[in-house]
Amino acid sequence: MALSRSRVITAAIVAFTLLGLQGAAFAQQNFITVASTTSTEQSGLFKHLLPVYEKKTGTQVRVVALGTGQALDMGRRGDADVVFVHDKVAEEKFVADGFGVRRFEVMYNDFVLVGPKADPAKIAGSKDITDAYKKIAAAGAPFASRGDKSGTHAAELRLWKDAGVDPNTGKGTWYRETGSGMGPTLNTASAMNAYSFTDRGTWLSFRNRGDLVIVVEGDQKLFNQYGVMLVNPAKHLHVKKDLGQAFVDWLISPEGQQSIAAYKIGADQLFFPNAKR
Amino acid sequence: MLPLQLDQLTFGAGGTAIINGISAKIEAGPRTIILGPNGAGKSVLMRLCHGLLTPTGGRIVWHGARNGDVRRHQAMVFQRPVMLRRSALANVVYGLQLAGKSRRESELRAMDVLEVVGLEQQAHRPARVLSGGEQQRLALARAWALGPDVLFLDEPTANLDPASTHDIENIVNTIHASGTKIIMTTHNLGQARRLGDEILFISNGRLMEQTPIDRFFKEPASAEASAFIKGELPWH
Amino acid sequence: MTGLGEAFAAAWALVIGFDSGLAGIVLLSLQVSLSAALIATLIGLPLGAAIAVERFPGRQVLIVLLNALMGLPPVVVGLLIYLLLSRAGPLGSIGILFTPQAMVIAQTVLIVPIIAALSRQTIEDAWREYSEQLHSLGARRLSAAMTLIWDTRFSLLTIVLAGFGRAAAEVGAVMIVGGNIDGVTRVMTTTIALETSKGDLPLALGLGIVLISLVIVLNALAAVIREVAQRRYG
Repeated sequence: MALSRSRVITAAIVAFTLLGLQGAAFAQQNFITVASTTSTEQSGLFKHLLPVYEKKTGTQVRVVALGTGQALDMGRRGDADVVFVHDKVAEEKFVADGFGVRRFEVMYNDFVLVGPKADPAKIAGSKDITDAYKKIAAAGAPFASRGDKSGTHAAELRLWKDAGVDPNTGKGTWYRETGSGMGPTLNTASAMNAYSFTDRGTWLSFRNRGDLVIVVEGDQKLFNQYGVMLVNPAKHLHVKKDLGQAFVDWLISPEGQQSIAAYKIGADQLFFPNAKR
Repeated sequence: MLPLQLDQLTFGAGGTAIINGISAKIEAGPRTIILGPNGAGKSVLMRLCHGLLTPTGGRIVWHGARNGDVRRHQAMVFQRPVMLRRSALANVVYGLQLAGKSRRESELRAMDVLEVVGLEQQAHRPARVLSGGEQQRLALARAWALGPDVLFLDEPTANLDPASTHDIENIVNTIHASGTKIIMTTHNLGQARRLGDEILFISNGRLMEQTPIDRFFKEPASAEASAFIKGELPWH
Repeated sequence: MTGLGEAFAAAWALVIGFDSGLAGIVLLSLQVSLSAALIATLIGLPLGAAIAVERFPGRQVLIVLLNALMGLPPVVVGLLIYLLLSRAGPLGSIGILFTPQAMVIAQTVLIVPIIAALSRQTIEDAWREYSEQLHSLGARRLSAAMTLIWDTRFSLLTIVLAGFGRAAAEVGAVMIVGGNIDGVTRVMTTTIALETSKGDLPLALGLGIVLISLVIVLNALAAVIREVAQRRYG
């Protein structure tokens, strides 16, 4: 008797696991895979946008959130249908190399420099990011960098160049590369009271701030443009051309743009739609 | 398949000879006791005969072997029986099914032998929770169920109390009476006297003598055997 | 440290206010890791048993290799499976990257060595005890191996659970091959990683406590089964 009961239990477990998975994977046939950035995912934008889109079209949007560099690489390998990132230079190269069909600008937000309240580099309230960078380097104040070839990392490196500082000289002393996403980098900065360069969206939704506050914002150079593009179906035959393009079209449509504008954390709007129609 | 002939049988491990050139002929019929002090090589000799060990020298010949498959016609009961984690009945059935019997046939036969060894009440109890004496009776049943021509017993009562020993000895006699050849090791002279018809006395891996039981106790042929009898008797 | 108190409060709130989103994540975690444990058992157990009872050249090397592979880094496994399943990879045409199936494959690869190596040890120990008796009864190696698996089943259950625990606790491999897609491949560990990224450390730790509790409950269950069985079957 005990034997047959244990057999029933075993069979139930097998059914639960294997059949359950089949169900989970095949329940939704209409889906696209979007390679995007941690900033859009972690800011909560997709949680706000996607239910609207899925309800309207019945297409499930599966977002894999990575650094911009990795997200573009995912597109290059054909593992995504749509790429939604923020590094204009890299995106244009992606399209020029034939991996993307056409790049559309969708929205922007801005980067901010956050740092400890104590402000060892004396830059709080400044609107000149390059000047702030020079002072951080001169003061040797701790700075936590992504160091992961993401869009934010690329923007940070361009600003160091503009400031005429080679941060590599500070490696091992004040310049710390975490080699990880925006969130972990902010966790690190918070733990060691370092300055860090982040997009505003991630910052606003970030909870573990410790002593960190925004020290520099509002410089023209801190502009952060997001672009979206369909992965080239000519390169990867399985790319869901129609479903993918439909999502791209919706993002830049008046409805999609309004949805983006409507996303707020408290009173703060995180992303500003600027698609050119 | 008897007689069993041992021809200059030798077994060594790591440079030392455990069995050293034993020649003997064991006939069908009499209960054969392999006797000797601890470490004499009794168990190894038995394992060689049963085919669990391969001799490093000499030969083992079963003269009356049928169809060449000698393993099928012999069984062995160990000093510490290994019981499978299943019921007493299933332990007996396991051996029968390995021997190619059908499930139904096996169960019928298993119930029969369990009854003979007095375990019919325990048939459906897990074998491992039985007492030491019951486990050894079960081991006898499992071996005997196979209907062997020869049954080897390696110190089957060494770990048992007198009552259980008595039970085992009765069962061994029953099996002998049914026509199965008994070959058993022991270091217990009383048991040898009670159960034996002939003695193979082993010392230091050598066969000292092969003697009918009465003569062995009255006038052993070897000095080693008489020393063993003298040394052991006062306690039995 | 106030963070720990908050974490336990968060864990408690998660359990009390069991919302469907979290339930889905827990369910998927269980499904993926139980499937992996199941498949890894079907592969690892016979493998372990075969190595335990067979003697062949290179056996010792294989045992050392299996033991070493128990410490396989999940990220490396994840990367390997990712490159295999990627559209640009050799198995890309199946199109199962970023699905629960891919996660099952990664976790299976991760725990087959654990189940094979540990069951090899258990079965070999039993083989030492049983071999003469089974030989005497005329069992051939294959049927002896089956007998040993059945007779050590309660120890093997613990091994399978160890494999399950490792699968359920790992994050590196499922993050890479699953993509941590909300509602599709998001499991407990990747959620923990995500919440840590967002700086919501109490919620992350709270989820961690839920995960650990689940593994503890499963292991306690196995311990009870083992205990009862030990008493019944000896």
